[in-house]
Amino acid sequence: MIEFQLDAGSGVATYLQLVQQVHQALQLGLLEPGDQLPTAQQVVAKLAINPNTVLKAYRDLEREGLVRPRPGQGTFITRSLPRTDPAAQTRFLGSMTDWLRSARAAGLGPDEIEAIYRTAFRGCFAEGVA
Amino acid sequence: MSFVIEASGLSKQYGRRWALRDCALAIPEGKVVGLVGPNGAGKTTLLHLAVGLLAPTSGSIRVLGASPADGPAQLGRVGFVAQDTPVYTRLSVGRHLRMGAWLNPNWDKETAEGRIEQLGLDPRQRAGTLSGGQRAQLALTLAIAKRPECLVLDEPVASLDPVARRDFLSSLMEIVAAQGISVVLSSHLVADLERVCDYLVVLVASKVQVAGEVSELLSSHHRLSGARRDAGSLPANQEVIEESHTDRQSTFLVRTSDPVHDPAWTVRPVTLDDLVIAYMSRPADPERTHRPQLKVTS
Repeated sequence: MIEFQLDAGSGVATYLQLVQQVHQALQLGLLEPGDQLPTAQQVVAKLAINPNTVLKAYRDLEREGLVRPRPGQGTFITRSLPRTDPAAQTRFLGSMTDWLRSARAAGLGPDEIEAIYRTAFRGCFAEGVA
Repeated sequence: MSFVIEASGLSKQYGRRWALRDCALAIPEGKVVGLVGPNGAGKTTLLHLAVGLLAPTSGSIRVLGASPADGPAQLGRVGFVAQDTPVYTRLSVGRHLRMGAWLNPNWDKETAEGRIEQLGLDPRQRAGTLSGGQRAQLALTLAIAKRPECLVLDEPVASLDPVARRDFLSSLMEIVAAQGISVVLSSHLVADLERVCDYLVVLVASKVQVAGEVSELLSSHHRLSGARRDAGSLPANQEVIEESHTDRQSTFLVRTSDPVHDPAWTVRPVTLDDLVIAYMSRPADPERTHRPQLKVTS
């Protein structure tokens, strides 16, 4: 079972954050067909959010064909998302962790590190889009 | 559609002062409604009118389709937690539950005792020695065990520390998830309510400034920024809620149901916080004040 987290300062709508976290968990292989998502009641108890927000996220996932509710049991994953390359994912997670550790060792704080990451991320992906 | 609160021309006057004026609302059932406004805006007056503790000076209010003070049956349909979550300080937790059982025909003993146990409260403890968070949870337990269709809470988390605040709102949302009841809660801080409410009412200086579904409010308000121009040059379908100008640049917060296509603008979405602050800082009676003059801020 996965556990949802919320980033209050991200400006991304709460239900969308839940949808994205399920997508990411599928892409990383943390969720597989047959796995159960937490119930709305479990999610609201942990995150103190409106239950309708959870239901809206689950309806979106259902519309995408990724989950199916089973009455009286809960909501279950029905399909996996193509994982690009599990080996590559593991490799880059490793090198990213190394990078973060060396940034911390250099005395940078979490906010600075995040700002550097975001700037580089935007710079990298803006080339293709703009 | 059935409404949890339906009001028209609702007004309450104390002497010469209007605590609430010309309030019109139609809030669908099943929502978690956030009532936001600065202290003294009339939030408590509106909530007391809704639970029948006050009678309107003029206008009408219906709660769950009936008049708020319409006999014991109606009182049983609405649970109310007053400001600062009052309890009887000399009575024990257990005696609070027994009192709840005597006073409420639909008392749900199992739910009440279950919650007290889940919260780890000792039934023999005097309510006066509980922490603020525990007292709020006891008051919520009493309100919910009478099995209401609607729960009204006046500033329930204002005096709680961040952890107790989170715990209280989690409990409240668990109840909503399990029982599907309507909730109306007030706060002077939108940040308290942002995650939990799906309907928002902004009350400023005894008047409702804006009310609606949170998702609709967020999608119909935009922040526009670009080269300096006057509010009068904006299209008629864009209502200006807030504006600020420097010598070169203008920024507007507008409400419109149509997309903004003007390429001269950078269009950004607004947060609930932006939106509430914009409505709170609006002149209280826009039709009587003249268009605000351009203010140069640097």
